[in-house]
Amino acid sequence: MSAATTGQPTAGQRLAGFGRMLVSPRGAVFLLLIVLLVAIALLNPSFAEPSQFIRFVQRVAPVAIVAIGQYFVIVGGEFDLSMGSVVTAQVVIAGNLIGQDEAKSLPVLAFMLVFGAFIGLINGLIVTLLKVPSFIATLGMMLALLGATLYWTGGAATGNPADGFREIGRGGIRGLPVIEILPWSVVVLAVVLLVAIWFARRPFGRTIIALGDNPTTARYSGTRNWWVKTSTFIISSLSATVAGVLLVGYAGVHPSVGRGYEFTAITAVVLGGVVLGGGRGWVVAAAAGAFALEALFTLLNFAGVPSTYRDAVQGAIIIIAVAYAATTVRARRKGRALEAPTIPPTPSPEPAPQTSPAPAEEQDAAASARPAPIPSTQRADNETKGGS
Amino acid sequence: MSAATATSARRGRRRRLDASLIVGIALVGVIIIGAILVASVGRNFFSAGNIRDILTGMSVLGFVAIGQTLVILCASLDLSVPYVVSLSSLIAADMMAGDPANIPVAVLAVLVVAALIGLANGLIVTKLKVNGFIATLGTGLIIKGYLDTNYKGTSGEVPWEFQLIGATGIGPVPVSTLIMLAVALAGAFFLARTRTGNHMFAVGGDEQVARLSGIRTARPVIVAHMLCSITAAFAGLLLASRLGVGSPTVGTQGGYDLLSIAAVVLGGTLLMGGRGSIWGTIGGVAIFAVVDNVMSVMQVNPFLKDVVRGIVIVAAVAVYTSRSLDRRRPRFGSGAAEPERPGDQDAAPPAVAHEKEASA
Repeated sequence: MSAATTGQPTAGQRLAGFGRMLVSPRGAVFLLLIVLLVAIALLNPSFAEPSQFIRFVQRVAPVAIVAIGQYFVIVGGEFDLSMGSVVTAQVVIAGNLIGQDEAKSLPVLAFMLVFGAFIGLINGLIVTLLKVPSFIATLGMMLALLGATLYWTGGAATGNPADGFREIGRGGIRGLPVIEILPWSVVVLAVVLLVAIWFARRPFGRTIIALGDNPTTARYSGTRNWWVKTSTFIISSLSATVAGVLLVGYAGVHPSVGRGYEFTAITAVVLGGVVLGGGRGWVVAAAAGAFALEALFTLLNFAGVPSTYRDAVQGAIIIIAVAYAATTVRARRKGRALEAPTIPPTPSPEPAPQTSPAPAEEQDAAASARPAPIPSTQRADNETKGGS
Repeated sequence: MSAATATSARRGRRRRLDASLIVGIALVGVIIIGAILVASVGRNFFSAGNIRDILTGMSVLGFVAIGQTLVILCASLDLSVPYVVSLSSLIAADMMAGDPANIPVAVLAVLVVAALIGLANGLIVTKLKVNGFIATLGTGLIIKGYLDTNYKGTSGEVPWEFQLIGATGIGPVPVSTLIMLAVALAGAFFLARTRTGNHMFAVGGDEQVARLSGIRTARPVIVAHMLCSITAAFAGLLLASRLGVGSPTVGTQGGYDLLSIAAVVLGGTLLMGGRGSIWGTIGGVAIFAVVDNVMSVMQVNPFLKDVVRGIVIVAAVAVYTSRSLDRRRPRFGSGAAEPERPGDQDAAPPAVAHEKEASA
């Protein structure tokens, strides 16, 4: 772990470390994503063209942004089921309040952000101060917000925001050499992802993970639990707002836009190896989970599978992915032991065979787990409990 | 070990009584408010017809929520119930095909299919170690894919004899509600008096402790998932008997997954598992039914109904959690339990854990 060991890893060690990462639950989603993308490219070679690929990224952007927001809530140990309704509400707000008046775009955008933060604040306060389980609190918010939105519109598609506003989700920077057009959605996604990575590395982001892992220790180490937890709900609602802004342009104004996004987002996050119950996971993997999910749908589309089977395949895939993460590598028990060598590819005590990453992994996990028992008896208990 | 379970069971019973009591008080409160509101528009809340409406509204969600209670007690969740409901109604209606002679076979087939789905859920949760939320979301999506692919709309025909179950009643009490209450009674008996039922509380409360006490932790969870799917199948059969046909969307339209979970939590069952009761759940279902009924009588806008429902769910659970907060403390924070744990773990677990892994 010291500078000396990480300073000069040979190419082979680096490769072994990379292989380990791909096979570990933490990196499996990237492997899945690569496999899916290659499969799509084989079925439909034009998909690999940059212009087509950037369209794919544009399509995934809203889901990925919602997944990034959901990541913070889940890693903090809670659920946010109200995200889909927030997306719907924001889409309808944009459609009705902006109208054809371009000058209103900015004030309404500010209002939407405030509204999103407000919804998140209410969710968070209900969870933290009233001690209502987040599943129930956000379920109530989901019903209430969707009901209120539908009541406002009468259940029909109403409103059509100005074209300038819709450009955010629909248009982009044109006339670029390789990709022809760089959609604004992709730019927004990149910015959101970078901010999320930066935020997750900040002390506050680490506090969220600590809180999700063990609220009691987090409290004893001086965390204001209620505020940290509330802020995760604010983040998730804000990300739903951003996704809503993109969807106004991309999908149009309709009360059914955003329906089911909460479960898609949770699926994506879990696919990214984030443990439900909190404390473990990586925000980039969560975003990659969204990409993998959408790539899967694209693949099924190209392969000519009837759209009605999409759900069945999605269900099977998430079960398999989570079962893989939970059983193969025993992620919960040895999570720490496993992750430690993954971040800097330190050489393991026994020289690991580099050709086959899977046995190397087991050996490595066994080796680093051996000194663990004495300090981590309590911890092992927590991990099995938290993950089940 | 037997002494420990005995005391915990006794303590649990006292707490359960308390939880049910709070739900009962809340129910009485909702009924009083509802009666006043209904009276304000010049109708009688306690008329026979209205009571029948409420009880009818309770029965379907009641079935689903009874099973959901068992699953949540084991610290799992079942999100696949709406699809099991739809699938059951379709299988029943298709197999009956309008002929009364087919009723027993069809009911049996529905229950077997549901039990298999529950078995799959339970095995995925316990053996593959997939979180119940994800596992049942996945199986639900698989069933949804099957339904969407093979059924374009309503299908089958339910004979008149079977439709009577959903249509008749004894006085103001519908037969379907009586069956639901009988199932609830059986469920409560199962939890209080059988070994598997007691083990459900233990496994839901703390799987580690249950395992170290020599309980096979997988079995109660699997049984709970199977029973949950079977009660969902009852709900599907009841809906088929009411509609006269099977419908692929009847389960999702009712939103039975989230509403049943809300009813269970409203009934005082902890979402983390280990504490709760069937009767509390029935109380929660009754609260929903009364609120829905009052809104229908007052002709509230259907979209606003959802708003009210959402607020009622959160408010009721908030009242409940803030009240029971003191009661929850001793279990986690009492000084006696804490120091014992580390020593206990150092000594006992290795052998037991290995044995367990071998057997599981």
